[in-house]
Amino acid sequence: MIGAIAAASSGSADTSYFARAERREAWSFALLAVPGLVVIGLLLIVPVGWLFVLSFIGKDGGVSLENYARLAQPVYVITFVTTFQIAGIVTVGSILLGYPVAYLLSQLSPRAAAICMIFVILPFWTSVLVRTYAWLVLLQRRGLINSWLVGLGIINEPIPLVNNFIGTTIGMLHVLLPFMILPLYSSMKTIDTDYLKAASSCGASPMRAFWDVFFPLSRPGLFAGTVLVFILSLGFYLTPALLGGGRVSMWSMQIATNVSTYSNWGAASALGVLLLVVTIAILAALNKVFRVDKLYGGR
Amino acid sequence: MKVPVSIRGLSKKFGSFEALRDINLDIAPGEFVTLLGPSGSGKTTLLQVLAGFVTPTSGSILVAGEELLTRPPHQREIGLVFQNYALFPHMNVFENVAYPLKLRRLARSEIETKVRGALDMVRLSQFIDRSVDKLSGGQKQRVALARAIVFEPRILLMDESLSALDKKLREQMQIELRHLHERLHTTTVFVTHDQREALTMSDRIAVINNGALIQFDTPRAIYERPRTRFVADFVGETTFLPVELRAGGGASVFGTPLLLPDHAGVGGASPHESWLALRPEKLAIGPVAGPEAEVNSFSAVARETIFQGDSLLVIAGFPDGQNIAVRLVPQEANRGLVPTPGQPIHINVHRNDSILVSGDV
Repeated sequence: MIGAIAAASSGSADTSYFARAERREAWSFALLAVPGLVVIGLLLIVPVGWLFVLSFIGKDGGVSLENYARLAQPVYVITFVTTFQIAGIVTVGSILLGYPVAYLLSQLSPRAAAICMIFVILPFWTSVLVRTYAWLVLLQRRGLINSWLVGLGIINEPIPLVNNFIGTTIGMLHVLLPFMILPLYSSMKTIDTDYLKAASSCGASPMRAFWDVFFPLSRPGLFAGTVLVFILSLGFYLTPALLGGGRVSMWSMQIATNVSTYSNWGAASALGVLLLVVTIAILAALNKVFRVDKLYGGR
Repeated sequence: MKVPVSIRGLSKKFGSFEALRDINLDIAPGEFVTLLGPSGSGKTTLLQVLAGFVTPTSGSILVAGEELLTRPPHQREIGLVFQNYALFPHMNVFENVAYPLKLRRLARSEIETKVRGALDMVRLSQFIDRSVDKLSGGQKQRVALARAIVFEPRILLMDESLSALDKKLREQMQIELRHLHERLHTTTVFVTHDQREALTMSDRIAVINNGALIQFDTPRAIYERPRTRFVADFVGETTFLPVELRAGGGASVFGTPLLLPDHAGVGGASPHESWLALRPEKLAIGPVAGPEAEVNSFSAVARETIFQGDSLLVIAGFPDGQNIAVRLVPQEANRGLVPTPGQPIHINVHRNDSILVSGDV
């Protein structure tokens, strides 16, 4: 500060002095990002780049596309379709279940919302493994749900709820629901209730006001939640492995099999690269659908 | 559209807190009424009841003879302008103003015409395709106003609508709103805590405090003939001197008999205490007591003079220690009147400017 004043008073030296000070400050801020950049570089960019390279190396050690050619085999195609089916269903399910919950939370008093929020976050404090086994207990043939349904006379025979597609979907939905609710909630919290009052004074019924005003304004949260849930679903491993009972094969499980059973890093890498590329493409497409860039400032 | 609004026995309790106490208010067709009061006085609650966002505990509101309170907010045909504009951020200017018309399923061409008309009225037609976040505060306020009047509502409500604007723009908007009202003649209820704004814009002002209606009168009557100490204090600067009421009907201040205006009489029925309310600009400083039999004169000692640009405020002290402010116009003719600190002076006020108010709020 004193230096600045001294420099300023010395006349022509001042502009370059301030320019230098400004640059120094900008650099010192940039330094704050260095640890993060190093970690990302070492743990993300290097391994992904390495996998990318591996995926183009064939069995004989030369450059080849054979790893990608293998992906056309029916087993991979089926797995690919299943993975996207499950991810899609889980995403839609989490929107249908999560949106009303987030809406309720956003309308509660801050105190009540904080209490209810604990129940949303609670699952985060339990291990996925424990929760998945808990579902196994609930959903199995002689589990709580089947015995109740039979006991109430709604069904005669226990229905298969686990070790299949349904069980996998339920388990994943449960694990991923908070990832939908939290971004939705934080986005809804920023919607001023005056907007709804304004819509109402314009003549909009509560339903109309919701669809015309509230829903469009909650789009950034919906986008964030959808992206999170969908992308996490694509890479899910533990829950489908346990609740799918070997009958549901997801992309991540194929990668694991290729590495652990066949030690075929090339094939596993190709699977990984394909998943990454498709994920990025879907992100771009979702961005178009939700027009989030428009909501964030490109208006 | 001109409709009368009649508020009868309106009360609202939040738990044990009485936000509104038995409000009775008759608004004439096409009248511009301001609800004036300090924050927490209940004026906004009253507006929210009118708009339908707060349900009253008891009472009735008749609009053109028909009960308003049983209608849901979206069927009340009330235009509402918010303090923070509340323009829909995902719609542009045209879409915002067209929204009420779209809801009423008007034909596209008719919507276009009406939106243009409303935007013309607030002088914003050139911004029709602008997105709302590229507008200034004053422009946003105009769009909000256009959106509130475009569907020709029965009543227009404005909640502190100008208080987010800076002083110059606010004063300009006050005049514009006034002109707009003269053209449309929509029955309007305007809420503000700014007494000058209320005086400038209103046909009548309803002063509200602690949830109760204190006085409902024309701006001039509110200012010049406030009924209670609260009204006199809230609207304008005032010095209060204690008044001794005499058995014979007269009154005196500091032992001196008081000359009272023709319309004399304290607002309340039988006040426990009353005060002489003196406005700084109604007072004059004289070297001697006023010559006429029309003037009340008090002795005081000049304490200090404050220069305020368009006026000079002379602060003087009474023998009992109380201060009084006298406003002088800083023009050459008054130069000789400005006292030096410590100088004994006489403060003169015409009997018609000597307002008696009751002590109740």
